[in-house]
Amino acid sequence: MAQPERPLSPFMQYRWQYTNTLSILHRITGILLSLCFFVLVYWLVAAASGPERYTAALATIGSPLVRLLLIGGLFSFCYHLLNGIRHLFWDAGYGFELPIARKSGWAAAIGAVVLTAVLWIVLGASLGGAA
Amino acid sequence: MSLRSPLGRVLGLGSAKGGAGHWYSQRVTAVALVILGCWFIASLALLGAGAPHAAVVAWLRSPFSAVMALLLVAVTAYHAQLGLQVVFEDYISDKGTRMVVLVALKFALVVAALIGVLAVLRIAFGAQA
Repeated sequence: MAQPERPLSPFMQYRWQYTNTLSILHRITGILLSLCFFVLVYWLVAAASGPERYTAALATIGSPLVRLLLIGGLFSFCYHLLNGIRHLFWDAGYGFELPIARKSGWAAAIGAVVLTAVLWIVLGASLGGAA
Repeated sequence: MSLRSPLGRVLGLGSAKGGAGHWYSQRVTAVALVILGCWFIASLALLGAGAPHAAVVAWLRSPFSAVMALLLVAVTAYHAQLGLQVVFEDYISDKGTRMVVLVALKFALVVAALIGVLAVLRIAFGAQA
């Protein structure tokens, strides 16, 4: 079946601004969270496999590379959560007015950074203690 | 549940695919994950991310935690599948490649979810002391 050459959406030509930045960030954080889902399953399997396996898995999870993924994952969780709630309000028909959309966007971005910092202090410290 | 109008279906109007159902499922799982995600992070914070094995096992032995953990695994896998599907559909233009990738994605997430569910059930039913 021959596909005619169709024009593409001009998505690369739009002006770069906060709306598309936050939108792309939602997508990137979603992808990162999907990767973290596999870490969650790995952690659960380790916990189900006995204390020795679990301790060994914690060392892997606490290793620099996985730890980096988890910091990214934690930020992704916070941002995807806050911005996701923003999206749900839009889906319900609220918050489209520009000043409100701008404010909620800033709130999601700044809130995510603050929340990540707080949670990493709580979670990262205890992970470091075990690894 | 179909969100298409009967008239539209009879006349063959609109997309023949399941876009509305996909959209709807993504929102419902999103609402569920607000609760499940916050529960999980709060639990981790209370346990400590590097909690000893006994503490994690004791936590998942409680029926409430076990059910929440099962829901977290299942709903996260479903939501991730729906979201990643859209990403792949957007960026993979070749139809054959797209189909292979989407099927592989579903396989990977279903297998991971089942492994996670089995792990939670093993702990909940006391396979490990």
